[in-house]
Amino acid sequence: MTLNVDPDHKQSARRTLADLQPGDTAEVVALHSEGAERRRLMDLGIVPGTRITAELRSPLNDPVAYRVRGALIALRQSQAVQIEIRSPAPEILS
Amino acid sequence: MTMTTNTLPGSACATCSMNRHLARLGVRMDSWDYVVALAGNPNTGKSTVFNVLTGLRQHTGNWPGKTVARAEGGFEYGDKRYKIVDLPGTYSLLAASADEEIARDFILFGQPDVTVIVVDATRLERNLNLALQVLEITDKAVVALNLMDEARRHRLSVDHRRLARDLGVPVVPLTARRGEGMGELLQMVHGVATGEIKPRPHRLASTRDSALDRALSQFVARIEAAFPGLPNARWVALRLLDGDASIENAIRDGSLGDLSRGLQTAPVAERLALAEATS
Amino acid sequence: MSDPAADLLQTARALRAEVGAGLHDQLAEALYTDAARLADRAVTRPDERPRFDLDRAIDRLVTSRTWGFPIMILLLTVVFWITIQGANVPSGLLATLLLDTVHPALKDGASALGFPWWLSGVLIDGAYLAGAWVISVMLPPMAIFFPLFTLLEDFGYLPRVAFNLDRLFSRAGAHGKQALSMTMGFGCNAAGVVATRVIDSPRERLIAILTNNFAICNGRWPTLIMVSTIFIGSAVPAALAGLVSAAAVVGVAVLGVLLTFAVSWFLSRTMLKGEASVFSLELPPYRPPRIWQTLYTSVIDRTLIVLWRAVTMAFPAGVVIWTISNVHVGGGSAAEHLVNLLDGFGWLLGLNGVILLAYIVAIPANEIIIPTILMLTVLTARLSGVGEGAGVMFELESGGAIRDILHAGGWTTLTAINLMLFSLIHNPCSTTILTIYHETRSLKWTAVATALPLLLGFAVTFTLATAARLLGWA
Repeated sequence: MTLNVDPDHKQSARRTLADLQPGDTAEVVALHSEGAERRRLMDLGIVPGTRITAELRSPLNDPVAYRVRGALIALRQSQAVQIEIRSPAPEILS
Repeated sequence: MTMTTNTLPGSACATCSMNRHLARLGVRMDSWDYVVALAGNPNTGKSTVFNVLTGLRQHTGNWPGKTVARAEGGFEYGDKRYKIVDLPGTYSLLAASADEEIARDFILFGQPDVTVIVVDATRLERNLNLALQVLEITDKAVVALNLMDEARRHRLSVDHRRLARDLGVPVVPLTARRGEGMGELLQMVHGVATGEIKPRPHRLASTRDSALDRALSQFVARIEAAFPGLPNARWVALRLLDGDASIENAIRDGSLGDLSRGLQTAPVAERLALAEATS
Repeated sequence: MSDPAADLLQTARALRAEVGAGLHDQLAEALYTDAARLADRAVTRPDERPRFDLDRAIDRLVTSRTWGFPIMILLLTVVFWITIQGANVPSGLLATLLLDTVHPALKDGASALGFPWWLSGVLIDGAYLAGAWVISVMLPPMAIFFPLFTLLEDFGYLPRVAFNLDRLFSRAGAHGKQALSMTMGFGCNAAGVVATRVIDSPRERLIAILTNNFAICNGRWPTLIMVSTIFIGSAVPAALAGLVSAAAVVGVAVLGVLLTFAVSWFLSRTMLKGEASVFSLELPPYRPPRIWQTLYTSVIDRTLIVLWRAVTMAFPAGVVIWTISNVHVGGGSAAEHLVNLLDGFGWLLGLNGVILLAYIVAIPANEIIIPTILMLTVLTARLSGVGEGAGVMFELESGGAIRDILHAGGWTTLTAINLMLFSLIHNPCSTTILTIYHETRSLKWTAVATALPLLLGFAVTFTLATAARLLGWA
């Protein structure tokens, strides 16, 4: 019998949008939500490869406003944890 | 509650030429020559365009996602009467919500003579997503590049000619709330509606998955064989592959077939009525 | 269904199984990549980033931990303050014009034309008076509050309010945008209901609609202010009177906000359970509003709405009020009979028959509650030398004189407090009810929206009255 040594029950390797601090930029890796939630996020332009920046945090801590493709979109933490991110590839400025 | 006003407070001389040719009809119309659909993302000034053309008043404020149930109005330009339908603002037409279905169904089954896609010049990347989807469904489209005053304020310059070449449809820069550019918009709308201008819209060539592309092109060929004359077989194919129930039903009840033959038959009219009734 | 069609659907199904769910994603990605490419080709950004990004600076300020809420509260307070102060003089002028000048002139005209007393009564003392009241009470505040609000809306600030408050609302099972419809409700509940259109999810929208009535609309402020000044302010030393009565009114308003959260929470656990919806809120760029244009169209819009309402709602109400006061059935006017009928139930609620009857006939318009109450009190208490006659609504300049009338009508402090509570928690006015039906297209939910606050109001006033009596306070 193996013990689950992950006390927080987090899939520890996954870094999600909820971890992004205001001012930081990341790149979307994958969307882990399904159905209507997933379609809505994609409609807003949040697809794998998209650069996303956390900009504002509500005074009550939730939601957080993210800059996506030029627009400022507010997402609740329950949504942000479903979006897997990684550090962005360096931007090629032309 | 709506009211007709025939003057736009503070309208500049730039609208003079438009005003000479444009007669705002509000909702007072029983017959028309052409139908114009007005589509676009929320918060692009779409309703302002609607108001300026029809003289009706719809206030939406600066509020993304404020759904005003589909509004209709009319105007006369040159010697033709136009009915214009303001579709709900949507982010996409992949039919995830009722609004999107209404908009999509109207463009597909309502067969408007022209679809004007209102786009925010300061957020082009976001807005083009919807424009591209519309262009997959219909080729009779004009892009209204609105909020040019905001673009100028943010010192963005938008090359609308290049955009027009890339998209394959007319692109008209305008600032609806000041009435600038509306004259050119009307000219383009008139041109596309009457067939003087024949846009050749840019369509998504491939999905970057070659196996899928192969299967897709075979499927598209079969659809075109079954429904010759369908202007957007590839889009239909993609919808079917996506499991779009609405399109499946359209095939089952024959309305898609009628559409391909350019017929406004009962099933088509029913679908349209359904789209109209739910708004 | 023809064979080729059936074939097609079958092929589609087979292909779909092969392709898997990935198609939608791929399509979306492909579209966005394409859009990005085209936008990139067409748009040229300025060579250097502006040193100061105004939009971002404003946003940092209005959503900041320290300044976000104070700015919100300050802005709202300023809007309300401007509305109340700004409306004072115009309301007074309108009242002087419509009530003190035109009304007697109409009566003179009517008698010159030889109208029978009942005709001039019904038309002028009933319909016209009610309409005039509504106009003079409602028009100035509406013509100030809504244009101001529209300016804030056009500017783009309101979504930031939803952003700041969303957490509170999501805890209650609702959406942050409900903050906006609630705030609109403080101007006019019908407008608040229409404002719920910004909420995408039908479930959350319904919650916002059903709780909108707990925002005290412009029409109910005069009732609260007057009752508070006369009964609550007078119970404390004169120096504190103004402050205490204002605090009482604010207290009731805050109670309304708390109730909004509580009832939203309740609804999302019971009648409107489930259907967790996708949260969506976009913060648009700030746009300089076209100030004069907005003010112009907004003022005209609101003026017309108030006038329309005066005619369609207030006129009939006035007719009813005058008629029941002047139609005599077996020994007393219909009004008196109704008051007697309702007195028992009224007592249970810590109110009285006059108040209940006033609320029934004033369903169309909360603004005429006080004048109606005064008229009915004078009528049923058979006070002489006061008022303007049976069925003629009136008000008095002096708070003291009003208090005397109400005391003669049996009012106590309990009556005053419960009236304030009931004013907060009762059914929406008829314009709002119609608007709710128009927006929901559902008789069921319209009925719930009407009955829920009313029953809650009964429960609250009953509980308070009973408790007060048991504790020997009243």
